[in-house]
Amino acid sequence: MRHLLSAADLSRGDAVLILDTAAELASVTDRSIKKLPTLRGRTVVNLFFEDSTRTRISFELAAKRLSADVINFAAKGSSVSKGESLKDTALTLEAMGADAVVIRHGASGAPHRLATSDWIQGSVINAGDGTHEHPTQALLDAFTLRHHLRDGSGDLAGLRVAIVGDILHSRVARSNVLLLQTLGADVTLVAPPTLMPLGVESWPCRFSYRIDEVLPDVDAVMMLRVQAERMQDAYFPSALEYSRLFGLDAARMAHLPEHAIVMHPGPMNRGMEISADVADSPRAVMVEQVANGVSVRMAVLYLLLGGRQEETS
Amino acid sequence: MTLVLRGVRPYGEDAVDIVIADGVIVDLAAPGSADGEIVDADGLVALPGFVDLHTHLREPGREDAETVLTGSRAAALGGFTCVHAMANTSPVADTAGVVEQVWRLGQEAALVDVRPVGAVTVGLAGERMAELGAMAGSAAEVRVFSDDGKCVHDAVLMRRALEYVKAFDGVVAQHAQEPRLTEHAQMNESELSGRLGLAGWPAVAEEAIIARDVLLAQHVGSRVHICHLSTAGSVEIVRWAKSRGIDVTAEVTPHHLVLTEDLVATYDPMFKVNPPLRTAADVAALRAALADGTIDIIATDHAPHPHEDKDCEWAAAAMGMLGLETAFGVAMETMVAPGLLSWRALAQRMSVAPARIGRVRTQGHDLVPGAIANIAVVDPSGTYVVDPMRLSSKSRNTPYAGRELPGRVVHTIYAGTPTVLDGALA
Repeated sequence: MRHLLSAADLSRGDAVLILDTAAELASVTDRSIKKLPTLRGRTVVNLFFEDSTRTRISFELAAKRLSADVINFAAKGSSVSKGESLKDTALTLEAMGADAVVIRHGASGAPHRLATSDWIQGSVINAGDGTHEHPTQALLDAFTLRHHLRDGSGDLAGLRVAIVGDILHSRVARSNVLLLQTLGADVTLVAPPTLMPLGVESWPCRFSYRIDEVLPDVDAVMMLRVQAERMQDAYFPSALEYSRLFGLDAARMAHLPEHAIVMHPGPMNRGMEISADVADSPRAVMVEQVANGVSVRMAVLYLLLGGRQEETS
Repeated sequence: MTLVLRGVRPYGEDAVDIVIADGVIVDLAAPGSADGEIVDADGLVALPGFVDLHTHLREPGREDAETVLTGSRAAALGGFTCVHAMANTSPVADTAGVVEQVWRLGQEAALVDVRPVGAVTVGLAGERMAELGAMAGSAAEVRVFSDDGKCVHDAVLMRRALEYVKAFDGVVAQHAQEPRLTEHAQMNESELSGRLGLAGWPAVAEEAIIARDVLLAQHVGSRVHICHLSTAGSVEIVRWAKSRGIDVTAEVTPHHLVLTEDLVATYDPMFKVNPPLRTAADVAALRAALADGTIDIIATDHAPHPHEDKDCEWAAAAMGMLGLETAFGVAMETMVAPGLLSWRALAQRMSVAPARIGRVRTQGHDLVPGAIANIAVVDPSGTYVVDPMRLSSKSRNTPYAGRELPGRVVHTIYAGTPTVLDGALA
């Protein structure tokens, strides 16, 4: 595998290998010297056309723990706003010898474009593109689910996961549906009909408009950020109504099975899709998700770059 | 001087020598019998020169993408003898001055009739009616008015425009796209757009405007033309309107007859176009409608864009694709080869009907003595692979790169003069 563009690129074997590798690499984090020499001399560029401090530093840390050289390229203002074009930026990075480009872009398909153009030779890792995909987020979510609910090994066969929120605009939801299904989990999307993508009935998952009917039968619930601005586009009438119908508060959380965990990709809108007491409860695993993000990104970089280095040497 | 198209088969029928003098067909003689300057057309098919009701020539304003001259060359090579230059130039063709400029540039290029389309509203802004009468009365004699690229979405303005152009037998060509339903839209709204995370362009945004406009046309007793119809639902509405006697005509682009939304999964902006590529079911409905006459004409929506506007991420890319030089090949592949259209019917869809809709008296004549000699001579047996670098257009944004198309335009005769001979500009 050369690129990671979509969760759909991963077979069950690929995904389990990444998770297993991440589990091994996670132990590095527990050492006093948190560094492996694996990617010494390799250059990883974080090319971020959108602000995302948490994803950027997660990739940065992952690359640094593997001893790669890391360059952060905050290309604010894409060609849409008449800045430098994606192509010229890519050519620049290529000239500087980037071995991998981690790209976050507001346009769906931008990483795909980068990978299929002849602009660069290195690996392309999708760190979130528009409303399309965010495959490393799905990997870290799968890692977290596996750790809590499957003894930290194998796949996720039979696991029941609800994803609640703005599915229509969520790259996290798209990647999770694909990856969790590949790993054998049973996903249910929950959203008001306005925030459900057209044609969702043919996605490899279930869907529901009623959170209360779903919660008692899941092992994990993933709450997605819902931007209050969506109500200006008439997706829902008010933040309050959204919160009342789809938000996860303590009363709703009580309907979850005893063992079920609560996840959120962050950043959270406390009081909107998730109440503060839920976010701070022992069932919430958001902090672990962040830590796991570093491990799975290390695994992805290691497998994409480390493997190729061996081939060429 | 006499020009002879030797051994050519008008509409694929019996071979004749088409004899042309003073810009007019003077005789259909027995093959091999006529004298004059001989153009070998043995076994080739002659059709009335194609008339495009929907062409973007980009001049004035975007001469980096196309000019009237380069677009005229592309048109001639595609078998066209007349194109209608859309109004969304810079400045917009919303005054007599601009349409006369475009018309004059067409005269100077002298490869096809360039018929300027006038904007319906000032600056295509959809707010105030442009001086349609002045454009109609200008040297350009504008008869087709369109805000193409934008929809005349204000119902009152559309009604008034439909009424107003009756005075000079004009027609409003509507770009049917409800603007609110298509804000930020990137592709056909479907299961695929949901998966690709691209904002959807619902079929209803097109169909709702067509439904409204055929009813408006009926109410005020005007004719209305629908640009680049792209959905099965639109076909049903136009079919219904025609059955009620409403004076509506409609066009389909070559690309909507052959390409489907699946291509968007490549995120290659060559496939980004307005209206978007739709589903295979829509393509089938469009072909059937073109065959049965519900859709009157093929119009290219030839939309040149400079390389940088396509060599980028999908959302940043311009919408539109080239069409003039490949239109016949696509029509051949999708309509003639499968037996959906006879040669005579194809001549109706690509020449006679568009000339009638645009009120172009000098075009769309049957190939009979007395007709103005606008003729496309095509080789139905040939195929070729589309090479963007070999196109005559100033731009390269063809969606057919590397694709094999049947049917080749061999000669084009414009007002009695060859503009293309043996597939090259004469």
